[in-house]
Amino acid sequence: MLEIKNLSVACEEKIILDNLNLKIETGKIHVIMGPNGSGKTTLAKVLMGHPKYKIIHGEILLYNKSIIGLSPEELAKKGVFLSFQTPLEIPGITLSNFIRKAYNSIKEKKFSVLEFRELLEKKAKEIDLKREFLDYHINKGFSGGEKKKSEILQMLVLNPSIAILDETDSGLDIDSLKSVSKGILNFIKENSSNENKSILIITHYKRILEYLHPDKVSIMINGKIVMEGDESLIYQLEKKGYGWLKEESKNLEE
Amino acid sequence: MNNEFLSSLNTNKTQGGNDQPNPERLLFKSLPGISEDLVRKISEDKSEPEWMLQKRLESLQIFKEMKMPNFGPSLKDLNLNEIHLFLKPDSKKNLTSWEEIPTEIRQVYENLGIPEAEKKTLGGVGAQYESEMLYHNLKKDLENQGIIFINCDEGLKKYPDLFKKYFMTECVSPKSHKFAALHGAFWSGGTFIYVPKGVKVEFPLQAYFRMNSKNSGQFEHTLIIADENSEVHYIEGCSSPNYEDKSSGLHSGCVEIYVLKGAKVRYSSLENWSKNTYNLNTKKAVVYENGKIEWINSNLGSKVTMLYPCSILLEKGAKVDYLGITYASTNQNQDTGCKVYHLAPDTNSHVVSKSLSSGGGTTSYRGFVNLKKGCKNSKSSVTCEGLMLDDKSKIKTFPSMEVEEKDVKVSHEATVGKIGEEEIFYLTSRGLPKKDAINLLVSGFIEPLIKELPIEYAIEINRLIELEIENSSI
Repeated sequence: MLEIKNLSVACEEKIILDNLNLKIETGKIHVIMGPNGSGKTTLAKVLMGHPKYKIIHGEILLYNKSIIGLSPEELAKKGVFLSFQTPLEIPGITLSNFIRKAYNSIKEKKFSVLEFRELLEKKAKEIDLKREFLDYHINKGFSGGEKKKSEILQMLVLNPSIAILDETDSGLDIDSLKSVSKGILNFIKENSSNENKSILIITHYKRILEYLHPDKVSIMINGKIVMEGDESLIYQLEKKGYGWLKEESKNLEE
Repeated sequence: MNNEFLSSLNTNKTQGGNDQPNPERLLFKSLPGISEDLVRKISEDKSEPEWMLQKRLESLQIFKEMKMPNFGPSLKDLNLNEIHLFLKPDSKKNLTSWEEIPTEIRQVYENLGIPEAEKKTLGGVGAQYESEMLYHNLKKDLENQGIIFINCDEGLKKYPDLFKKYFMTECVSPKSHKFAALHGAFWSGGTFIYVPKGVKVEFPLQAYFRMNSKNSGQFEHTLIIADENSEVHYIEGCSSPNYEDKSSGLHSGCVEIYVLKGAKVRYSSLENWSKNTYNLNTKKAVVYENGKIEWINSNLGSKVTMLYPCSILLEKGAKVDYLGITYASTNQNQDTGCKVYHLAPDTNSHVVSKSLSSGGGTTSYRGFVNLKKGCKNSKSSVTCEGLMLDDKSKIKTFPSMEVEEKDVKVSHEATVGKIGEEEIFYLTSRGLPKKDAINLLVSGFIEPLIKELPIEYAIEINRLIELEIENSSI
């Protein structure tokens, strides 16, 4: 579904992604792990078309078509979604109205205000986000956990083809983690019948993966993917730490 | 970022299709420039009493003696010798039916929805075109309560004693500044409001001021007297067509408000002049015991605006609330701010100003609060916030304060920032077009202020700002 080839990206003259290669298969849960500062969030933002990053070379293909140079808005229309590591608080519009506005700008199907509200409330309930938050301004007055749920709610309603979840699990208590994981699983399951969805999860912790069971794990260090494997790689990593891979990565460069 | 969007805010399409001028059909158009002959001609045309002519001539003398302002935006491109200071449209004056106004002029007000609003929500409407009030009407039941709402020219004729006492005397003296003096010499039209003791005007009264001709000047005078324990809400709207050349128009109105003991006046103003217009305006209120003036001041148009609504809190318990919204885009310089003089104990001023700039425009907040010795137990709070929509635009704040009394509470906050790139990214990543995202962030920025406004006014401000953004070409 999504293929990244030899991608190098800079921000303010500093190279952050360095000849990165990654392939995300249709219908799979793909995990990227890696130490702080390895470029994971940059990758997520580049995939979502953040204007701050400069693409030096390489390709990003969605269904075999380049998406480099597309604006975030166009990418959203093509079914790309990013759940932010730190969701922003934006006053001026309620969460409910915002999601409806977003929905109407990317989807053909139109809902009546009432129908849309029903859909929102249903999805909010699935992830145990209290209904009242729908009428707050975007993420204003939300706790850390509620902000992450707000991201997942937006994903569930906007129903993208590929969802990139950037540390959606950080800062969640056990109950919230369960609710969020349930939302993510519903996203995949509900759609398995008609269209295939992919998920790219960026995380530091294996605990969310205990609920989600990824199909593939990639390890990113210094802007590169240095190792890939199946779920068992997570447990290997848990034992040995990134130090082991940093050595591998050095050897790789030499 | 946003460069295309921002530079395109240059177009002035926010007047309900009124950005194009009407053909010039005038009964009289003064020669360009300033002259004593013209002052005499205006006074004669209006059959004014001798004392008003003398007042005009004194003002002219003061104008000649005073210097141009030595602060704020440059006025060097304003050539007063090119401005026609008095223009009489080819229409009857002071009509009470819209049908009698020539169609093309009436259309301007219809585009703005004024006759419609008059039927639904307003207690009375005045419509000035160039130098004359063509329409002025007050609902019968309001008239029966003794409320006066008439053309200022008529006010002078009918209530000479009130005018002698209140017209450009204690409130705005022609000596206040050079353009107040110019106004005193050439004033024409505007509105006179008197609200009797204890009368609360149920519906807002509105006047709309329209400039049409190229290189024209407009000098309407607004005099509001709210007698003891009365209440009134007055709404003022202003616009002019856009000329695609370097010509300049001049708007130099003057507003004087007397808020007598226990009275409350709300003055809402939405100025949306074309980008040819120099808006050098004067607004001032004198507030007596326990009276309250509320200013809602929004400035979206004009080339240069210099406007500092001033409140004199003259007696114990007098209050002022000021809410300001200012937006400057390409080639615009908006210099506004609130002035307050606390002259008595227990007085209170509350000032909130929100400024926006884009496309290289400049907005400045230039405020002044003075707490005189003896104004014990008074409070003043001033908050000004600025949001720049790009790197080339400017927002400046020049707040100043003189506190002569110890027993007072004073606070001031100012914050200026640029529209957040991350916020735009967040919103657009969900599929919102960039202009919607910017629009949303702007409305979030002004929201705390907007929610304080009467609903019709809030809708209008939001609509104007959305239209600016809608008409852009991201």
